[in-house]
Amino acid sequence: MTETIFRAQSLTRTYLTGEVAVQALRDLSLDIRTGELVVMLGPSGSGKSTLLSIMGGLDRPTSGQLFFRNTELTAVGERGLTLYRREHVGVMFLFYNLISSLTAYENVALVTEISPNPMQPDEALALVGLEARRNHFPAQLSGGEQQRVAIARAIAKRPVVLLGDGPTGALDSKTGIRVIDALINVNTQLGTTTLIITHNASIQAVAARVLFFADGAISRIQVNERRLTAEALTW
Amino acid sequence: MATLDIKLKRDLRRLWGQVLAIALVIAGGVASLVLSTGSFRSLDETRNAYYERHQFADVFAEVTRAPKTLVTRIAEISGVAVVEARIAELALLDIPNFREPATGRFISLPESGPPLLNRLYMRGGRLPDANDLDEVVVNESFAKAHGFEPGDRFSATLNGRRRELTIVGIALSPEHVYAIGPGDRMPDDRRFAIIWMSERALAEVYSLKRAFSSVSLKLMPDAVETEVIDALDDLLEPYGSGAAYGRKDQTSHAYLEHGLDMLRNMSRTLPPIFLIVSAFLVNLTLSRLVALEREQIGLLKALGYFNTSIVAHYLKFIAAIALIGIAIGGAAGTWLGIYVTRLFGDYYRFPFLVFADNPDVYVLAALLSMAAALGGSFRSLREVVSLAAAVAMQPPTPPSFRRMLFGWPSFGSLISQRTMMMLRNVARKPIRAALATLGMAFATGILVVSLFVGNAMEELIDVTYFMADRQDATISFAEKPPETVVFDVSRLPGVLAVEPYRQVPIRIRKGSRERRTIISGKPPGADLSRIVDVDLRTVSLPEAGVAISAYLGRLLDARVGDTVEVDLLDGRRRTIELTVAALVEDYFGITAMMDAQALARLLREAPTANGAHLSVDDGKLDLLYEAIKRMPTVAGLALQRVSLVNFRQSLAIIVTTMAGIYTGLSIVIAFGVVYNSARISLSEHARELATLRVLGFSQGETMRILLLELAVIVALAQPPGWTIGYGLSWVMNKQLAGELMRVPLVVENLTYVLATAIILFAALISALVVGRRVYELDLVAVLKTRE
Repeated sequence: MTETIFRAQSLTRTYLTGEVAVQALRDLSLDIRTGELVVMLGPSGSGKSTLLSIMGGLDRPTSGQLFFRNTELTAVGERGLTLYRREHVGVMFLFYNLISSLTAYENVALVTEISPNPMQPDEALALVGLEARRNHFPAQLSGGEQQRVAIARAIAKRPVVLLGDGPTGALDSKTGIRVIDALINVNTQLGTTTLIITHNASIQAVAARVLFFADGAISRIQVNERRLTAEALTW
Repeated sequence: MATLDIKLKRDLRRLWGQVLAIALVIAGGVASLVLSTGSFRSLDETRNAYYERHQFADVFAEVTRAPKTLVTRIAEISGVAVVEARIAELALLDIPNFREPATGRFISLPESGPPLLNRLYMRGGRLPDANDLDEVVVNESFAKAHGFEPGDRFSATLNGRRRELTIVGIALSPEHVYAIGPGDRMPDDRRFAIIWMSERALAEVYSLKRAFSSVSLKLMPDAVETEVIDALDDLLEPYGSGAAYGRKDQTSHAYLEHGLDMLRNMSRTLPPIFLIVSAFLVNLTLSRLVALEREQIGLLKALGYFNTSIVAHYLKFIAAIALIGIAIGGAAGTWLGIYVTRLFGDYYRFPFLVFADNPDVYVLAALLSMAAALGGSFRSLREVVSLAAAVAMQPPTPPSFRRMLFGWPSFGSLISQRTMMMLRNVARKPIRAALATLGMAFATGILVVSLFVGNAMEELIDVTYFMADRQDATISFAEKPPETVVFDVSRLPGVLAVEPYRQVPIRIRKGSRERRTIISGKPPGADLSRIVDVDLRTVSLPEAGVAISAYLGRLLDARVGDTVEVDLLDGRRRTIELTVAALVEDYFGITAMMDAQALARLLREAPTANGAHLSVDDGKLDLLYEAIKRMPTVAGLALQRVSLVNFRQSLAIIVTTMAGIYTGLSIVIAFGVVYNSARISLSEHARELATLRVLGFSQGETMRILLLELAVIVALAQPPGWTIGYGLSWVMNKQLAGELMRVPLVVENLTYVLATAIILFAALISALVVGRRVYELDLVAVLKTRE
């Protein structure tokens, strides 16, 4: 039995946007095991991104508790969360969010500089097959290449957890598959616990577990006995 | 180099337009402080060094004739270090190929060698031979005005006797940095000369052997000037003294002091305003610029950067911009400071220039600008950094708009949706819109005050030369002939009207406040030299009492109806009490005026005149000049027209040059502000504007929305800008006021129009530059990414 890396208990998150209160998470409880590859599916506003943000130490729940290993993340301060992100979490975004004034190599170096035990930026770029593009600026890279730089940037610190908010959402299928392949590689070779949000239901086939979200809660959990490789995916 | 620093370097290069614009705003403030303080200090040190090296005296007195034996007694006055007695007399000159009568102030040089005090700085040639009675040294301005070289000759009427003089040397003197002839308001180098001659020659001509007519004193460092002056007056009184005076009342020093005062006051007024305004504008601009970076800040937080390193990164970015500005401003300010120092140095004919080091000014300007820049960005950095990382990663919540005024159906139907969009943008963040408007208003305001200084000079000329002193020429007499001299003068060729005047040096006092000045006796109903009040109405002199300059009134704290004490320092010295009958808002000097008859009664003498104002027929000027050269009583003739030209070429040119430099700096600041405002506005609305383009709006239509907002803010800023400008002009007016000259507080409509026109021009240029970027908007990229 592998150990539990995340334990969420009764997480609630309410946003006040303007004059409306939105319940993004409602009393959500969940365990994630170390090394697991989890895919989160669900319509917009169902709470996936909110949960991911809280797990990534980017946001705090309104109530409830979240444990990372034996640490209660919901109890640590701003500085503690920053250290948590710095040492344990890699994040990928729907729109890559590369720094446009830095090259691919430098975007990765941005993270390796502040991590305690990083790989070399070139090593991370090689993992996503981009070593040849190291000196290109984001504007000189295709969308898929940019997202792979974002993955390299996320994994370069050897994170314990890799979080992706729609990492293939802005990509065509061929490029998306290459990105998924890179993610599976990282997950299997480095044993990085990986949580991916997607609107693309076909990607669920590569996951160990699939969480279906609706109205700020998990409506269904599907465990895949047989997992597909990235090459086998189509959409 | 750390990756964040690489980002910093690239961001600076990418945003170079904006970086430069902000840096220029900072540079404008820094340059104005460095330039004005630098030039003032250099000139002040130059003057001090000049005075010191050439032993400029501390106390001066003129007498009719005093025996040389008095010198030992003067030297015994407590506090006196050096005494120098000499002969100083005025005489008419006749210069070859020069029609107008010129005047010379002849000063004796001791037989024993160079003077102890007021030493000459020889520009060329040598001192006169003590035994050659026709050799002279002349001041450089006079020599240059006539192209005189050593060896050239001219003649003079000394004590009624005509003499041919040979120039053997050309010199400068700390005593005559500013050489103003009798009856003149401004130096006229062609018509007024300082002429040094051997004491023997002058003593012979003026029958002053073993006697003197002028004395200068150098005081011990701890001497009390007023006590020395009192003791000197007691000694000299029997010899026809016009009362001793200190440097403060020495004409050349007073004018020099006033010139430097104006420079100092400008440096104390405009640069702080510029620096504060530029600091405010930089603060405003950077806070908006940082706010635009919220996504990058969110990303850095998500990657695990500490708030402190993110804040440090952006502060470094801001500091780099500020440093660029400080460097540009420091360099420009130093260069302009040297330029202004040279300009003043040439004007005053200083024999050398001392350029002062001003590390403190650079440090002060740098610290102020840096603090303003960092302060401005820190405010919005704190706001952005305090957001949770996830929030910073999402686009800001759509702000809640209110319908307010623009929601009224009847009003809404009158304007297009796009105009509404812009109006609501402005109305949604009223504080930001107000600050942007205020920033633009300040830009207008500093333009108004810079232009005001130049304009004020024209107003001063208009009032002084065309409304108050309307005479064509002023004659001054060597002696004081009876008032009947008017008849002689009116019979001179070309003279159309004559108005005699009597001037008496006085000390005027109320309580403990005292000033030395001149009281002018004017005939009733004087029409050539009129008195004009603050509302530009002519004032007729009251039959009793005295009218004084309003500025003198403020110095003495005297109001209409108050009694002042007046020491008459001419003839039989008396102290009398007079009632202040009127305050006159004049611009030149501080004077007292009263009815000529009343003045004669107070002096207990028959009416006499020191001079007369003339209205002359231009066609007969040559005949008039010839006639005047033959009148032994005349010491000088001043032409109003020439005085005006000289004024424009001298003092006015310096003031307008300074005003020009400040106007230039405010234009730079104004451009920086408007351009940045437009650029930031574009960044803030890039997504919206791209969306409009996707929806099918043309490039022109989209650009108009952006520029409309700029136009609204520019328009809104003008009225408060004019008010700020008027307020700053009021401060400037107070600061420039001195005993020798004041500037009228008249801000003409044209000044406001011009200031606004410059701002509009800056807005137009910025609009064109920024508007081009609307054409370059990458629609797909803007909609796809979050920036």
